[in-house]
Amino acid sequence: MFRFQSFHLFGVIGTAIITGIISVQIIKRFNLKSMEGQYIKIMPKTFHKGHVFGSLIFGIGWVLTGACPGPMLAQISYGYPVVLITFLSAIAGTWTYGYFRKDLPH
Amino acid sequence: MELLEIVRKPWPWYLCGFLLGITVPLLLFQGNKRLSISSNLRHLCAAFFSGGTIFFRYDWKSQLWNLYFAAGILIGGLLAGLWLTSPNPVNISDETFVILNAMGVHDFNEMLPTEVFRWSSLITLRGFIFIVIGGFLVGFGTRYAGGCISSHGLMGLSNLEWTSLVAIIFFMTGGILTTHFLLPLLLNIK
Repeated sequence: MFRFQSFHLFGVIGTAIITGIISVQIIKRFNLKSMEGQYIKIMPKTFHKGHVFGSLIFGIGWVLTGACPGPMLAQISYGYPVVLITFLSAIAGTWTYGYFRKDLPH
Repeated sequence: MELLEIVRKPWPWYLCGFLLGITVPLLLFQGNKRLSISSNLRHLCAAFFSGGTIFFRYDWKSQLWNLYFAAGILIGGLLAGLWLTSPNPVNISDETFVILNAMGVHDFNEMLPTEVFRWSSLITLRGFIFIVIGGFLVGFGTRYAGGCISSHGLMGLSNLEWTSLVAIIFFMTGGILTTHFLLPLLLNIK
């Protein structure tokens, strides 16, 4: 994907983002409610250094494993059970982050 | 039979993208829920391994819906693997094919290069790096970044959040650097 030699995945993500943007804009413009009867309100996230450092680290793992958490699950059940080890390692990574969180720059 | 053959070919990017993107409003409509698959990693830690870590002490049970979402992905993958597999080799560009071949990857018949992604790889250094270290970096990085492609790339960008755009830019930076500098080195390890 990061050799930019194939359009396919960019087309998928691009379409997904456009679909998301349009639908969220419609929800906001028309002040739509959820099925539970509440107005839909999306709280934005505050920026911290993890958005930079964590993202870089994620990017490395993303290329090595060829997946982020969602696709990992799909790969496991699709026919690559060894990816279960990848997923368990990801849980270990998350756990390690949680453990050292206060020592990391935010 | 013809319909099944059409469905078994890789689906067009605009259909896949639409199906992915539509989960954003569907979750919002269901109950004001933000799409975030990586959060499940945190919920699983909170459910089973919380220990004394504050980060994992929260009401994870209120987020059970997300674990169901993840279960849905497992089911979806299973159905796709049973009924929708394409008999053709993976669809990558000719240039990528040449480059990967030169780096020692020869299996293009499946979605993942099985030379790297199989059980026996785990006892090799290369397999360990790609599978275990790679997975660890994904899990660590995604929580540190506050999200993954689904939460920042889809949910965050759909809400036009600039923090998500920053995250995406650095996801891709990490990815590009790894693809061009680290991957050729690592694929050569036995």
